[in-house]
This record gives sequence, C-alpha cells and structure tokens, in this order.
Amino acid sequence: MKFFFFHLMPYAYLDPDYDKSYATDWLLYPNSNYDPQKGAELYNRYLDEIEYADALGFDGVCVNEHHQTAYGLMPTPGVLAGALSRRTKTVKIAVLGRALPLLNNPLTVAEEYAILDNITRGRLVAGFVRGIGVEYHASGVNPTESHDRFHEAHDLILRAWTQPGPFPFEGKYYQFDYVNLWPRPYQQPHPPVWIPSQGSSETIRWASAKERRYVYLQTFSPVTALFRYMDMYREEARKSGYEASPNQLGWSITTYVAKTDEQALKEAKPHIEFFVNKFLRMPMEMLLPPGYLSLSSMKGVMAAKASLGRHRTMEELIENGQFICGSPETVRRRLSEFQDRAGFNLVLPNLHFGTLPADLTRRNTELFAREVMPALRDRLPAGGREKARA
Amino acid sequence: MAGHTETRETLHGCSIHVIRSGSGAPLVYLHGSGGGGLWLPWMEDLARQFSVIVPEHPGFGRSDTPEWLDGIHDVALFYLEFLAAENLTGVHLMGGSLGGWIAAEMAMLDASRLKTLTLIGPAGVHVTGVRKWDMFMATAEENARQLFHDKAMGDDAAKRAADPAGADIRMKNIYAIARLAWHPRFYDPLLMKWLKRIKLPTLVVWGREDRILPAEIAQGFAERLPHAEIEIVPDCGHLPQIEKKDIFVERVTRFIAESGR
Repeated sequence: MKFFFFHLMPYAYLDPDYDKSYATDWLLYPNSNYDPQKGAELYNRYLDEIEYADALGFDGVCVNEHHQTAYGLMPTPGVLAGALSRRTKTVKIAVLGRALPLLNNPLTVAEEYAILDNITRGRLVAGFVRGIGVEYHASGVNPTESHDRFHEAHDLILRAWTQPGPFPFEGKYYQFDYVNLWPRPYQQPHPPVWIPSQGSSETIRWASAKERRYVYLQTFSPVTALFRYMDMYREEARKSGYEASPNQLGWSITTYVAKTDEQALKEAKPHIEFFVNKFLRMPMEMLLPPGYLSLSSMKGVMAAKASLGRHRTMEELIENGQFICGSPETVRRRLSEFQDRAGFNLVLPNLHFGTLPADLTRRNTELFAREVMPALRDRLPAGGREKARA
Repeated sequence: MAGHTETRETLHGCSIHVIRSGSGAPLVYLHGSGGGGLWLPWMEDLARQFSVIVPEHPGFGRSDTPEWLDGIHDVALFYLEFLAAENLTGVHLMGGSLGGWIAAEMAMLDASRLKTLTLIGPAGVHVTGVRKWDMFMATAEENARQLFHDKAMGDDAAKRAADPAGADIRMKNIYAIARLAWHPRFYDPLLMKWLKRIKLPTLVVWGREDRILPAEIAQGFAERLPHAEIEIVPDCGHLPQIEKKDIFVERVTRFIAESGR
C-alpha cells in the first residue's frame, strides 16, 4: 500500500448549534461567522499537520477543493499546494480538486498544475473532479452541462500538456485560437491523473478506459459502495481490453489510531460525529441540482433518499466501513481486510476530521506512520498481487 | 361541449405532445415551469372563442428531449418553426412564467405569424435588486406552495407535488428547466436589449402577490414595451389563469377583442 495523508481543512470553530438556525453550513451559512484570526491560526496549523506527514514518511499528501462552506477552507487548493511545494521535500502532492466544469478557462489549471510540477520536480498528482452539486449553486455554472464541460476541459488540459503549441482548441464550451502552455509540465508526458468520485458509473467507465487508465479514488462512502465501484472499475477495464492494476485504485478513509481500541473510540467519537452530522449537512436540492447526475442515476439516488440527513453515530460509520478506528492492530487488520476485498493499493487516510484538536491529530498521524504504515507498506491485495508488481 | 384532442407532432427530430380544442382564430399557449400536458378549465373557456393549441415544450413531460436543446432560443426557434409547419397565421400567442419568456423571445425574433402577445407573470427579464424564488434550492412541495396567494390552493398544490406518481415527470421537467434557465437565472440579456422590437399589441398580466416572480418585474416589461397593457391582479399569486380564472379570461378576451382580430 501507498499512503497519502489527506486533509479537508474544516473551519473547526463552526458553532455546534448552527444547525438550529441553518439547514446547512454550505452556501447559505453566513460568512460573518468566519473569524479571520481563528482562520489564520487554522490554516497555519493545518499546513503544519500536512508538512509533518512529509517528515513522517508518508508517500504523499492531499489537498481538496470546495467552495463557500465551513466544511473545508480550500476553495483554491493550488495556493495550499504552492505553500506545500517548497516546505515538503519528498512527498507527492495530490490536488484532489480541481472542479473543471466550474472554470471559464481550464487552461488556468493546466498552468497552475504545470508550475507546481516544475517547482516540486515532478511531485504533483493532478486531480480532476466535477465538484459536488452545491458548487453549481455557488458558481452559477449550469449543472446540466457538468459532464460535457468536464470532458472538454480535461481534453483541453491534456492536449495543452502534451501537444506542441501553439494550436487551436475548438470545443463547444471552450474555444481558443492559441494554446501554447508555458511552462510545460515537469513529468512527461504529464503528471499522473487521479479522479476522485463518490461513485458514478459514467465517471468510472471514462477513467478506466484503456487510453486513460486514470487512478480512481473512492471518497467517503460505505464499503459496500467501495467494493461495488472498484469491481466496476476492473470490469470496465476488462471491457476496454486490459487488466486494471491495484495501483489504479485508491480509497479515501477517515482513520483514527490510539494505543487501545477503547481509547481510540473514546477520543474520536465527538469529532467524527461532528464531521458527519454538522459539517456534512446539506439538503438534497443543494447536493444534487438538476442535471448533475444523469436522469437515470438521479432516480436511483432519490430512491435511497431516506437514509440522507439523519443523525449518524460513530458506531454506525465503523460498522459500514466509513471510519476506521482503534489500536494499530485493529487499523492494520481493517485496512488489510478491505484491501483484499476491494483490491486497491492506494490509501488516503483522513487523519484529521471534524473538530479533532491539534494534539490528537499529531498523535494520530504519528501512530499511523509508525505503527500502521510500515507493516502494510509492502502489502498487496489478494488476487491483485501480480498485477500491482507489474 | 366539444372535447379536446391530443396529438403528437414531430419537427427537427423532436416529437412533442399537443392538446387542441375549439375553433376560431388560433391561440397558442406555452406552459410554465410547473409543466404542461394538462387541459385546464381556463383553456376550456377560451376554446369557446378560439382554436386553442397547447404544446408541451421539448424536454418536458411527454415531449422528447432533443440533442439540440441547449437554451431558451432553441425552444423559441423550435416554436416559430412549429407555427410555420402548422401554417398558422394571426396567432394570439400566450405564455405563462417560463412559457411567457419563450413567447416573448418568439415575438422578438419573428412576429410575422403573430397577432397579439399575452404574457402571464413571465420570466425573461431581470430587474436589478428584485429577488426571485429559487426553485432549484427548494423541494417540489415548497415550489408548488409558492404558486398561489390563496393558502388552501397552495396546500392543495403542495399535496399534488408530493404525489410519487408524478415524480418522474417532475424530475424530467426540472432537468429541462435547468437547461433553459439556470444561468442567467430565468432571464436573457439579449431579450432585455431587444424586447423593444416587439410592436404587437401586448398584454402583461401579473398576480400582485406573485411569490415566484414578484410583480415589480412587470415594470421591467413596461419600460421596454411602452405600448403594452399591464394588468396587476390583486389577491393573486403566480398563476392568475388558475387562481383568478374568470377575471383572467375576461381580461384576455377583452384585450384580444380590442386589439382587433
């Protein structure tokens, strides 16, 4: 397994009672509740936490993109990646944004990523996402154009990275007479591309296709979904004419390690429940605006609607595999089980979550690095071992 | 009483559902965001004097969603083609809400087959500072409740909007609405500039208590269409044709009569 420390950078001072007055901490929760003094402290603390992961020997670190929310303070993740690019020395830096359809000029991302790739001498991992539904309320971009804009923006960026310029780009949403990127990316032909998703068959089919073979990352979902989508990726790869490697599959999993199970559960409970019940709170209309999913996918999601929006406990999250929590032994065992079943080789542990304070985040990261990573570093998924070595 | 008939018409690769009834001068009604495909009492009233034609828009209800449906101009141009294909002239064009927007776009682009224009609480024009209801941030029930000034009518509409039997059509409709109206939200800067091209006799009817598109927006139409008659209906929400049916039917028939058939 390879390990990428993942931070969401929430506004940890979110009023725990905000939900008595507001349905959500996204989009409509007034930014007068953001205190710049506290925000400055958090940014610097969180960057320290990510830099510490570099010192502890993680393979990579990840930043994230969301807009107009207390859930995460990284609307322009490239700025944070820039800050990390000089302070970290060995880790890969994965930008698990950028929401391409929201952009009027996707070349800005091609440029930003190319700069990061040059400064870090090839430590950049390029994430491309559509953004979650609420970003379409925040940006004004039409969600019915989301898929098409994503594909077109992606094509433009990849061509800008790989095709000698200047050349014209003639799309439906994007048109440029002169595409001629300076700088070109450091990694050739281009930085590795990772596609995080909550699970969309359209996205999985596209990412797994033979000509792309992009890394697919399953974000915060029950393991039943993890298994289903990773199986789907391998199946789609097979249909496309090759066997997918476990190195093409990653899992973003909130994780907490302490000396004993009992201590871990006790320490993590308020913070993981704050994360899931306060930070992740959003009405369906905001999460899934019309057109964001295909009509048929949307009908499936609406049928499962009942399970959204109710209070969730830590025990439930552990049970369905959305949270791994316990002693180093427990965490190693759970990760191994899930690796064998799902067949991934990339693990993106969220070692900070919700309101987890600095001291516990630090200890969590240390224990994970010292007592979980070494034992699993050479581990490969059962059944996928040959493929991963190849 | 003559019943209405339902037909399908195919044009530019798009098959649409059309309801027709009555005889006389053609009156085409374009439905709003709530969807079409229904034959309503006020239509029956008008069908005593007019040949009423009520199509369901491309992308909505029982009509197809064509590949080419990108924005409001596609629908307006489609309907101009529809009028030509039906060989209709002297048309009394009428539209409510989203349909009013489409009707205004048609009249702006090509009024040659039109005789009068009636806009009922139309979208299409933005008045700076006037906040519209954001239907994309609300549930179907909440949206339906906002349609009426009368509380009982609002409750009843909300109840119907919660009926699972209509869920698929509602979802199809809101996908189509987002295509047409997501951004800029329910208006067209081009229409705002060139609405003044319309010289047809025009009636703008607005419910005074419209909570979807506030009646202040009527001013935005009045400024651009100085010859238009503006009728603000008191104690009435977004759908005067339903909430104040008799007043609406009387006003429209008088307008058309006075405008000379």
